[in-house]
Amino acid sequence: MADFETPKFREYPVVPQIKVDAMAGKGPFISRAEFDTDLGYPGELPENWKEKTLEKMGDLLGRYRSFQVFMDSCIKCGACTDKCHYFIGTNDPKNMPVARQDLMRKVYRRYFTVAGKFFPKLVGAVDLTEDVLDEWYNYYHQCSECRRCSVFCPMGIDTAEVTMAAREILAHVGKGQKYSNQIIQKVYKIGNNLGLPGPALKGILEDLEEEVEEDTGVPVKYNMDEVGCDALLMTPSADFFAEPHIDGLIGYGKVLHELGITWTVSSLASEAANFGLFIGSYENIQKISMRIREAAIELKVKRIIFGECGHAWRVAYSFLNTLAGPFDFLDQNYPVPQHILEVTYGALQEGKLRMNKAENDHLTMTFHDSCNVARASRMGDKPGGQFDIPRAVIQAACNNYVDMDSDTIKDATFCCGGGGGILTDDLMEVRVKGALPRMEALKQVTEESGVTNIAAICAICKSQFTKTLPYYGFEMDAIMSVHQLVSDAIVMTGSEQEKDLDGSDDDEKSES
Amino acid sequence: MSAFYALLFTVAFLVLILGLVKKIIQYSRVPAPLKIPVTPAPLTKGGVAIRLAKEAILFAALFRSNKWTWLFGWLFHMSLFVVLLNHLRFFIKDVPLPLVLLQNVGEYAAFTMFIGLAGLFARRLFVARVKYISAPSDYLWLILLMFIAFTGIVMRFISHTDIIAVKEFCLGLVSFNWQSLPTDVPLMVHLFLVCVLMILLPFSKLLHIPGLFFAPSRNQVDNPREKRHVANWALDLDAEKNKTQPK
Repeated sequence: MADFETPKFREYPVVPQIKVDAMAGKGPFISRAEFDTDLGYPGELPENWKEKTLEKMGDLLGRYRSFQVFMDSCIKCGACTDKCHYFIGTNDPKNMPVARQDLMRKVYRRYFTVAGKFFPKLVGAVDLTEDVLDEWYNYYHQCSECRRCSVFCPMGIDTAEVTMAAREILAHVGKGQKYSNQIIQKVYKIGNNLGLPGPALKGILEDLEEEVEEDTGVPVKYNMDEVGCDALLMTPSADFFAEPHIDGLIGYGKVLHELGITWTVSSLASEAANFGLFIGSYENIQKISMRIREAAIELKVKRIIFGECGHAWRVAYSFLNTLAGPFDFLDQNYPVPQHILEVTYGALQEGKLRMNKAENDHLTMTFHDSCNVARASRMGDKPGGQFDIPRAVIQAACNNYVDMDSDTIKDATFCCGGGGGILTDDLMEVRVKGALPRMEALKQVTEESGVTNIAAICAICKSQFTKTLPYYGFEMDAIMSVHQLVSDAIVMTGSEQEKDLDGSDDDEKSES
Repeated sequence: MSAFYALLFTVAFLVLILGLVKKIIQYSRVPAPLKIPVTPAPLTKGGVAIRLAKEAILFAALFRSNKWTWLFGWLFHMSLFVVLLNHLRFFIKDVPLPLVLLQNVGEYAAFTMFIGLAGLFARRLFVARVKYISAPSDYLWLILLMFIAFTGIVMRFISHTDIIAVKEFCLGLVSFNWQSLPTDVPLMVHLFLVCVLMILLPFSKLLHIPGLFFAPSRNQVDNPREKRHVANWALDLDAEKNKTQPK
């Protein structure tokens, strides 16, 4: 498969021994200059890179309280050292969250603190060199910004904030990451991460309409650029063609149709994902977010609904109001924005959706909490709704459900290994090794409880699992969308499925 | 000698207070442009206060993370807190009853403080992961604190010092009416190290004390959909953006 070994399942999840420099290297492909310049970065290492680096670092220290406080407040207690999936999978000590932060903190201390200026050795401060930059580039691209470490940190230090700052600084001295920057450029030029132009998208949606009507007998609409619908659907572009993502999209369409909510996607903003988050650029997160506002205005919708995507939901839930709000022109009776699971869950609570769970009786499901949903957002009106709502929806669609080990779910969930800008082939080793803790937890429930499939609500998780499950001896299609389960179980009014369950119209007549 | 210590104490106290105030002002001036509480997070300010109190008093996250580190760390911090309360009587002329009562148990807090520190020190030495992340200063802080605890124990239980005179000295410090200080070695060492600690604290990782309360990951309310949050430096970007309005 590749030139690295897939980690073996550990007999007990013991803390790994450290293996210094196990993942030393050059990191992912560096961005081409053209992608960088389109995003407002220089595209090459400037002559005065050292001044530029420190200048940007100082700038960010003055703009982000998180970054400033987190540089100061680490006490090196070691609580986080065994919490990162990349450390567990690679054994490289620089993948321990504190050590990852320290790559930056050592430079911070050297140039921004009294102690580091005068006694660098004593406090572990180092000079900024090109080697340091390369080390940043390598190890800050072995972090998926999943925030698991922050849950366990007594000071609440969130390594994701440090990683984002590091990537932003690196991009300012010509060391942007190709994968993320190229994708953002595509969003600006074409409208989505995959570079799928409007007409192609329209074709895909028409095919879906045909397929669903053939399957159910119900003319479910999958609109694009339809003015005057109730809702704008923002969904990751992987939902338009990747498996199992597209089965989720089919599910959203069925639910919204059954509830009588008309909806459309926008070719201008045909992408819920926002990779500006991954590269830590406020300006780019905002620019990408603004497309959503523009699309909502242009299409004259009343609501914005988000599909299954982890970091997109973080940006939507936590940042959209800040970055592209206020949304006073939308219907205030609904949360802005709303998650498709909130819609489905609410309808299930009110008894508005009929589900035939037996359709999924061949499955025993478990659920993978996606990090950005679990630790950086909420669903519903109670803290923890982001854990309960997806589980409730799965259980409304499927009779057999088992949770994985409690240390690996909800706010302690392990990242899939591909989040935060890591989902690229040039980081395959990092991705496979980082998936180890999640794969171990999955292995346990398959053996002990007969779990057959794992559901997720994030496009990145779904793509990552499709790729990494086979490395660990699972089938690649063991990963499913939550709304795929809904799609298979839902009994729409007037559908073939309804007739099958209730008997045909003729039978009903003869009964009465 | 007494004058030297009186001066040192005054300077150390000023450095500690001014250093901390400067940091706190810095922390409060740097904006938090985005809502980034680690969720599930409280929905109200009262909830945030409880969340922070649980962290500051019980070390809740650390408890979840690692029981040994929690045990030693919590033991050390709580003991230090009791020890500090106990030392208030040196600075108050008529000691109030609660402090008098506390003294009976309080004097043993020095031992638990030492045990906690020794446990943390051992962990730093013997756990490879923690050793990897330790700089020389990380060991030195623990050694410094252990020496302070040790000299305190010596004075209280082995080689008694003239605490009446020490109290006179301390009260003199507060009223700027400097008094002489006994010259036993343990006392000299004890007070010197305490001053070193006070002077270095604002320049060190001991900034975790204010840092704990300023972490946006813990101190923000989870209400971004209900309440719009915009940082000052982002207002320009915001104004630009609001040109897009429904017609």
